[in-house]
Amino acid sequence: MLESTAQAFREAAAGVDYATLRVVEQTDEVVNVRQGILQPVGSTEDRGAMVEVHHGDGSGYAATSDLSPSGLRSAIERAKDWAETTAGRGVVKPSEIARLTTEAEYDTPVQRPWEDTSLGDKIDLVTREAATLKTDDRIVDWSASLWYTGQESTLISTDGGQVRQRFSMVAPNLHATANSGTETQTRTLGGHAQARQGGLEIVEMSGFVGSGGQIADEALQLLEAPDCPSGVMDLVLAPDQMVLQIHESIGHPLELDRILGDERNYAGTSFVTMDMFGSYQYGSERLNVTFDPTRPDQLASYGYDDDGQKATKEFLIKDGLLLRPLGGATSQARADMKGVANARANGWNRPPIDRMANINLEHGDASFEDMIKSVEKGVYMETNCSWSIDDSRNKFQFGCELGRLIENGELGPIVRKANYRGISATFWRSLSMVGNESTVDVMGTPYCGKGEPNQVIKVGHASPTCLFRQVDVFGGA
Amino acid sequence: MQTYFYDLVDRLTASLTGGEVLISAFRAEDSDFVRFNKAKVRQAGRVQQRSIGLQLIEGRRHASVEVCLSGVMEDDLPRCQRQLERLRERRGFLPEDPHLLYSEEPTSSEHHGENSLPDGSEMVRDIQDSAQGRDLVGIHAAGGVHAGFANSLGQRNWFSTHSFNFDWSFHHSADKAVKSSHAGFEWKTDEFQRKLELSAEQLKVLGHPAKTLEPGGYRVYLAPPALNDIVDMVGSDSFGMKMQRTKQSPLIKLLEDEARLHPSLSITEATALGVAPNFQEAGFIRPSEVKLVDGGAPADCLISPRSAKEFGVETNGASAHEVPESIDVAAGKLPQDRVLEELGTGLWIGNVWYLNYSDRSSCRTTGMTRFATFWVENGQIQAPLNVMRFDETAYRMLGEQLVDMTAERDWILDPETYHRRSTRSARMPGALVDDFRLTL
Repeated sequence: MLESTAQAFREAAAGVDYATLRVVEQTDEVVNVRQGILQPVGSTEDRGAMVEVHHGDGSGYAATSDLSPSGLRSAIERAKDWAETTAGRGVVKPSEIARLTTEAEYDTPVQRPWEDTSLGDKIDLVTREAATLKTDDRIVDWSASLWYTGQESTLISTDGGQVRQRFSMVAPNLHATANSGTETQTRTLGGHAQARQGGLEIVEMSGFVGSGGQIADEALQLLEAPDCPSGVMDLVLAPDQMVLQIHESIGHPLELDRILGDERNYAGTSFVTMDMFGSYQYGSERLNVTFDPTRPDQLASYGYDDDGQKATKEFLIKDGLLLRPLGGATSQARADMKGVANARANGWNRPPIDRMANINLEHGDASFEDMIKSVEKGVYMETNCSWSIDDSRNKFQFGCELGRLIENGELGPIVRKANYRGISATFWRSLSMVGNESTVDVMGTPYCGKGEPNQVIKVGHASPTCLFRQVDVFGGA
Repeated sequence: MQTYFYDLVDRLTASLTGGEVLISAFRAEDSDFVRFNKAKVRQAGRVQQRSIGLQLIEGRRHASVEVCLSGVMEDDLPRCQRQLERLRERRGFLPEDPHLLYSEEPTSSEHHGENSLPDGSEMVRDIQDSAQGRDLVGIHAAGGVHAGFANSLGQRNWFSTHSFNFDWSFHHSADKAVKSSHAGFEWKTDEFQRKLELSAEQLKVLGHPAKTLEPGGYRVYLAPPALNDIVDMVGSDSFGMKMQRTKQSPLIKLLEDEARLHPSLSITEATALGVAPNFQEAGFIRPSEVKLVDGGAPADCLISPRSAKEFGVETNGASAHEVPESIDVAAGKLPQDRVLEELGTGLWIGNVWYLNYSDRSSCRTTGMTRFATFWVENGQIQAPLNVMRFDETAYRMLGEQLVDMTAERDWILDPETYHRRSTRSARMPGALVDDFRLTL
């Protein structure tokens, strides 16, 4: 951010008690080849600023794409107007919220920067991989894509704080849809969970190169496969389904602003109450879950949150015991509880709220083979394709692209329309085995939606394969 | 803002070379957002954003970018000019696009909505005073939403509206709450008060002991917001040509004549009755309506310009994503004041939540009941219900098990604000459905 913008901000904010300016510049680009045809190569160049003002007993914000001195002055005036309008009418006193005084920087470690490879080479790569998906006339739609996001965020405060961070994300995907009559099945490379921070080195790490044939083959197998059986049985979940299980029934319920009631009109509330922290057995003793923005390669890694709080790794659940909520500075002040540095906004045009960042299930010591061998009757499921949960984050239902029967300790044939349902409060207590480090995959989702006004944000979930006992599993209509 | 946009495009057009064509789409808003929890202000602020999409075409090669604008010409013009240079350079790497289609016959239009909105602080005071100590949670969004289109062939389209959308709920305890909304172009205090009073009445019932149902089949009434969410879910990927032709539409069985919807069901994309712009991003004008389902049978579909080229048909002005924006479900015959009597014994479902497919090829959807959902016996509301999960196919809910829909319909303005305030809307009846399957 230009020093002139920072200077203009400080001058314009001289008349308020405290203010922050968060300038965000973001570039997005997608290279997508569908059915052999390059789709419009579009990019987005986004730039703007969010001003937050604490003045007297009120607070307000204003976001603007006009970064000129007059634009910033105008934004500060509007934010101050809202602070004065809402003085004494807010959920928290601004004076109780921690202020930014730190100076710091953070950059995503990148081995092969996106911009160092020409557009032509990226198109060639995506075109080559897309061509490997059309293996049969029954493959009726197929595509390969790379999505890049580069973001620079600079947060400054009137108390002398300044945090500058630069991020780079790449999300590769492959998709093959097979059809026969009125039955259609789709198989992808990890659903929308295949995304990390870094550069084009992620392409190789993700399996994007060379997986097309297998994905197409599995789509065809799903077409001919029987439906997943119904019944109560053991369930082994791959990391690309664990992403959603963790996200919906651990991540969201632990968001402190949700527990405080902020999301009840939209994203919902939580079955977790504040008195549970430190005493509630959330899951079996094998359940260990961390908030960890310090893993450099994960989708929601950062050095500081959007309030300027330093990010540290913290256990949310240890040996099954619920320890800590996901709450940033404002929620910590409201609840008088320790939290984490997770106040995040999706960009410059929304204010920060409590978000997940990286929520990871720590690996155990079971091999994949041992987990399968321990199952007499069950299903192994890969790649989430459907997710639904109630507004208290309890009654959930998930569907996966692919299932495999497990019978007498052996992996069996593929089944399709693999679904399961359960209740968060009891499901995590049925966690029986947790995969070792060799079963871990570092994944996430770029599409976590929450907040009013609404925001969609990127979150990370690294997880091993996991085994749950006696789950309600079912198939198609 | 309109003048600024056209002026910017005129200047960029003057820099085009050879046979280049420039297509430009503009979006802007200037909105106040006030978020409430327990009738206190959680966050309050204003968002002012502007962006321009630039698509530079030569022959059948093209490249595009969307750029955030400051609204200051001395800043925006050189940035956009640099982007055009970049697009020219990138275009050199790109093959010809066989699916490129844009409007080459200029059809210009204008819509200027009046700004009748009161001061933001006045609406906030109204809301907080009216809450009268109740636990009110919600979001008030108000301000101007603008969209424009311009190309180097002389087409100019403008859409401007000033609206508000207050989406709120009154909370009793735990997950027991009543949801409502007050949205439109003029803040009418008496209408707002009427909705508050109705919500307050329902809130009293939520104070009764809640009933828990066993999984099974039940007769249900889906109030307009609940039916809207179900139709919206199905509509999100069922009515586009691309999804239909690639066999990915969840209504594939209907399209292949292996299943039926109820003969009373008609679904239309009714742009003329909605509040969305009548033009799309390639400059095509949307027709006043596109019939999607007619008397339970598939009718037309939404055809974007790219799909039109891919499948060799005419576009009908659909946007690239081919999702309805002004959905209209035809009314039924059931008078609203006879709903409880006709329901008899069953569930009155005010809202549903978190819908997703559990079997896409059968258009089977799972979801939850939410907010004001009541147990009804012999036409009388008895108790609030604890949340239940359902798993049902469209062919049952909107087909063989559909008893009737209400003669009266709600006009629902979408409160969604992902990236920007939505201009989607729906006209929706309620629906009486038999043997609706609850699973958990």
